[in-house]
Amino acid sequence: MKYIDEYRKKDLILAVSEELKKISEKEITLMEVCGGHTMAIHRFGLHALLPANIRLLSGPGCPVCVSSQHFLDTAIAYSRVPGAIVTTYGDLIRVPGSVSSLEKEKANGADIRIIYSVLDAVELAKNNPERPVFFLGIGFETTAPATAAAIVEAQKACIRNFFVLSAHKVMPPVMKALVDEGVKIDGFIAPGHVSAITGTEIYNGLSSVYGLGVVVAGFEPVDLMQAILMLARQMESGEPKVEIQYKRIVHTQGNKIALELLSRVFEPKDDRWRGLGVIPASGLKIREEFAGFDAEKQYPLSVPIPTDPKGCICGSILRGLKTPNDCGLFATRCTPADPVGACMVSGEGTCATYYKYRQ
Amino acid sequence: MNKEQKILLSHGNGGRMMHDLIETVFLKYFGNEILNEQTDAAILPADAPNLAFTTDSFVIDPLFFPGGNIGKLAVCGTVNDLAVSGAIPRYISVSMIIEEGFPMNDLETIVKSLADEARNAGVAIVTGDTKVVNKGKCDKLFINTAGIGMVGNRESQVGKAKNIMPGDVIIINGTIGDHGMAVMNARESFNFKSAVLSDCASLNHLIREVMDQSDGVKFMRDPTRGGVATVLNELAGKINLGIEIGESTLPIGGGVKAMCEILGFDPLHIANEGKVLIVAGQDEAGHILEIMKKNKLGEQSAVIGHITGDHPGRVVLKTETGGRRIVDILTGDPLPRIC
Repeated sequence: MKYIDEYRKKDLILAVSEELKKISEKEITLMEVCGGHTMAIHRFGLHALLPANIRLLSGPGCPVCVSSQHFLDTAIAYSRVPGAIVTTYGDLIRVPGSVSSLEKEKANGADIRIIYSVLDAVELAKNNPERPVFFLGIGFETTAPATAAAIVEAQKACIRNFFVLSAHKVMPPVMKALVDEGVKIDGFIAPGHVSAITGTEIYNGLSSVYGLGVVVAGFEPVDLMQAILMLARQMESGEPKVEIQYKRIVHTQGNKIALELLSRVFEPKDDRWRGLGVIPASGLKIREEFAGFDAEKQYPLSVPIPTDPKGCICGSILRGLKTPNDCGLFATRCTPADPVGACMVSGEGTCATYYKYRQ
Repeated sequence: MNKEQKILLSHGNGGRMMHDLIETVFLKYFGNEILNEQTDAAILPADAPNLAFTTDSFVIDPLFFPGGNIGKLAVCGTVNDLAVSGAIPRYISVSMIIEEGFPMNDLETIVKSLADEARNAGVAIVTGDTKVVNKGKCDKLFINTAGIGMVGNRESQVGKAKNIMPGDVIIINGTIGDHGMAVMNARESFNFKSAVLSDCASLNHLIREVMDQSDGVKFMRDPTRGGVATVLNELAGKINLGIEIGESTLPIGGGVKAMCEILGFDPLHIANEGKVLIVAGQDEAGHILEIMKKNKLGEQSAVIGHITGDHPGRVVLKTETGGRRIVDILTGDPLPRIC
């Protein structure tokens, strides 16, 4: 298949693997920030193709995993608003809140619908003018512009019953926070689709201030192997910098229209991350101008902040400090069928990936 | 019949309207010697040492999808369950639960599909039932079919996975994931331009050709819900041996591959309705493949893997890139990823 097969060519992957083995014997630790990258690395068995001196850590880039339990509890509370329709991307439906999940609430009669595009939620609102339609906005710079577009669209169409509960997050602050907290890494494999929107300048501080390498990578095995090679070369030459591997999609400047939409509708807020706590300026809230579409403004609900489940080390796993194998609950009390922590719930969570591809 | 006509509660109350519905729709298409007797129970001649008996309910949404509809599916599903158990499917029952207000026209189309597929598979619809429920009490139309097949003593062993040993090969009769993705595409209105068709088909003739011409089949199963991954995992657990499959040998259509890439699904987890997995001895595999490829439903048959003494109970996929990964059964519904 075009744009897929050529990036899965075995001989290319093995050639990069050989090159990596030649390049250096330095101990290098890299973090793949994005859940999609974690998934691809395991799906294609790339760990086995890396020399022993190159170590990969999984980072906090799965939007479902980092959405706090408090967000889930709040989403559940909205599903109990009389007449409400709650719309969500599918991944979120099984994520446990502190006492329930959207899946369980749906079974109990709440009107919760899985959608594939936020515009489907706007359409639902249009077709059900007498009912409040809530959209659970999660995801990074990848999905946030679509939410922004939907809000602008709803405003244009004078739709008054479409509300967004925003848990949208941005990538750079959490990457900085991890390094500030003492996670020992030499460089980041940064998510290609985030930079397709944001461009690459958002990472300049990581290389100039923190001395880390950042390579923005695509999601196919050749992409990832090449990105690792680029980082290894940076480490070898002692010149960490921001580079783009995913050149067929990503430009330094990003997507101006999407960025404009983002800043028109959203502004930064301090936000709560599952397992990581509150990180300054790491979330996106809806600007006052669009308050009519902000669920928290239009339907303010008071939901207590829950404590993390006992024994769960999702926080340390999301920080790259521990792996799922270090967790006492992993694959025993916590499985994809009955998850305790968020990293087990999402198909792209680190624990679910380890569980699925465990050898 | 009036094309605008809808199913009313009276169509299920045992009175005149129900009688008319049976006459003008069900008997019109299903009619055969046994059914036409309209006895409370069908009396069935049997000519084999064993009977196979199975039942399945069909609640698919949407009722019509590219490549089939709930009627065709209701026959194929039950026929295939019988066929992979080594049986020659003979008789099926058809029970319908219909939501009040269901278009008569659609019902007739579905009944006609049921009849056509039953004829194609060589099974007689010998008994049935119709219930109409209040609006909102069921989702448009549910169908249950049960089936009876005749099984010889040799064939009765084939579902039991006995005598499987390392080196035995795994064969499938064509591309995987077509049914699940065709239905999802129709249900969710993704508007993917690529026309993925459901593979929904009765496999009994194909399977009979294999069973008649070869003694080498050690196991058969149709990978429906949960896909190929689920059947292979269940098998690996049952025989306590490992299974290795090769990513490059899996037949997957371009449309299914693309949809799965975009939505983040694994084609190994997606449902099929016209596929059979066969385990056979290595030396017999070539012969079986040859037989299968002669049938239209087996033209794309391929060996996709083998049984191994390594990693007992586990299914491992050798990736195209040279890596290896475990293929697990699916937890819950396949959910599309966010980004």
